Amino acid sequence: MTRTARIRRACGTHWYAWAMTAPVVLVIGVIIGIPLVRGVYLSLTDANEANVERSIGMNHLPATYRFTGLANYRAVLTDDVFWGRLGWTVVWTVGCVSLTFLTGLALATLLNRSLRGRTFYRLALILPWAVPAFISVFTWRMLYNEKNGILNKLLAGGGIDAVPWLNDPVWAKLSVIAVNVWLGVPFMLVALLGGLQSIPGELYEAAEMDGAGAWQRFRHITVPGLRAVSGTVLLLSTIWTFNMFPVIFLLTRGGPGDATEILVTYAYRLSFVDSPRNFSASATWGVVILVLLALAAAGYRRALRRQGEVW
Amino acid sequence: MARTRTRTRPRSARHPLASAGLHLTLAAATVIAVFPPLWLLITSFKPRNDAFTTSLVTHFTLGNYTHVLAGTSFLRWFGNSLLVVGLTTVLGVFIAATTGYAVSRFRFPGMRPLMWLLLLTQMFPVAVLIVPLYNLLAALGLLNQPAGLVLTYLTIAVPFCAWMMKGFFDTIPVEIDEAGRVDGLNPFGTFWRLVLPLARPGLAVTGFYTFVTAWAEVAYASAFMTGEENLTLAGGLQTFVNQYTNDWGSMTAAAVLIAVPAALVFAFAQRHLVAGLTAGTTKG
Repeated sequence: MTRTARIRRACGTHWYAWAMTAPVVLVIGVIIGIPLVRGVYLSLTDANEANVERSIGMNHLPATYRFTGLANYRAVLTDDVFWGRLGWTVVWTVGCVSLTFLTGLALATLLNRSLRGRTFYRLALILPWAVPAFISVFTWRMLYNEKNGILNKLLAGGGIDAVPWLNDPVWAKLSVIAVNVWLGVPFMLVALLGGLQSIPGELYEAAEMDGAGAWQRFRHITVPGLRAVSGTVLLLSTIWTFNMFPVIFLLTRGGPGDATEILVTYAYRLSFVDSPRNFSASATWGVVILVLLALAAAGYRRALRRQGEVW
Repeated sequence: MARTRTRTRPRSARHPLASAGLHLTLAAATVIAVFPPLWLLITSFKPRNDAFTTSLVTHFTLGNYTHVLAGTSFLRWFGNSLLVVGLTTVLGVFIAATTGYAVSRFRFPGMRPLMWLLLLTQMFPVAVLIVPLYNLLAALGLLNQPAGLVLTYLTIAVPFCAWMMKGFFDTIPVEIDEAGRVDGLNPFGTFWRLVLPLARPGLAVTGFYTFVTAWAEVAYASAFMTGEENLTLAGGLQTFVNQYTNDWGSMTAAAVLIAVPAALVFAFAQRHLVAGLTAGTTKG
């Protein structure tokens, strides 16, 4: 078969599929692809506020930044700030994802039984998802307010000193993690509850017949039964948490100092907050974040595959 | 989901003490989940000087609401948001469904890279794309246009939705497609007339997810929409913060009003949430 004939045949068989996926590929290609290529290019230059193309009054100044090869990457990887931020970002991600997952799993297990008020509990526990995140974060700021927030007023009622929720480096770290867990539990809960409901009840009955205790049933039926759901959910939530810009930015702006600054908020600070705005460094941080996540996802997928999950 | 079959052991098997512990745990979790939004709602009915009192509403007032609705451009921003988010939801659900269907039913060259592409887009640090994206939208003449924001929102919501829809279509028997083909429908016809109606719970979940994601988006909205009359709620609320630094009363009222549409969509979709999301994540 000649090459053209083969291509024509492929088009004939697959054009339905291609036509159906075309809109998504097109939108992602243009809206993410072009900026991404441009971002990678910027990361190889020394572009900043002072040398990019810009207009000052009537004068139009052309871009004067130069290609600098991998210099930015070398600078980032030898920078203590980067490793410090990376350390906290990893702590933040692991802390948030594991707490969210365990809380979600515990609540889903409790809800997956016949009990009075099940629907009410389920609705109430998913509620944080229905409130837009920036509204919730705003609310939490109000609750955390050191002088007037209700949390400290309640503590004062119990004779406990005011806690500097967002103004002390350690407390601020705990506070942002708490808010993110609060925001993330509903998604976990819903996904895991669905996973639990898809495990056939006969398995539990059979195990009980054979004298398996509650823990053994959980260990040998529930955990394997949830593997598929938790595989996907853990991967997604790790990615989302690693890049969780709004929670940190709206709650603490990365402060106090840079105590709660994760990689993404730092990259944002470089190109939007700091002066002069350093576009190339910001782009470099962005590319590094992307590479880190892609590597983590690839490793994770390989690990899943070894256990027999394929996607 | 009140009517789902519960494959659990009969209630008689549980000790009363265990039952009490179960309810106590769930009640505690419920309080933690519900308290912040509830407190927001309560505060919004307090006169602005009482915003930080710990008591419940002592002087009930709608003053915060009337101020927000009549004294600011809130309604205009609200309309802008509805337009952008509505368009995003309709378009997003549609293209997520076609993509999910293609990936679920056909084996075609480029399918694996496509799945990877969908996952990869979840990894882009939004904050870093903003500058190049701003330049791109400016070049396309889409700054300050609802269309520009709709396009960018699609890239945020659609990848995950396409994954969910794929999982959902995987649960619909292939025999239905075959029956359609026998009756002379082409793949588009099969998809549109036979499979899509069966996937309604999946569509509800996808729609909910897209709506909530777009409704809550802040970074793009405040970077790409400027000028009082173009702002969406996220951006509008920020001018609000600067304008009324200490006016927590108006802020809470605005926050409650913003949360209402999301809550309505939630109420509509929540019946399907568990089934829809699970199909997506297990089979994804």
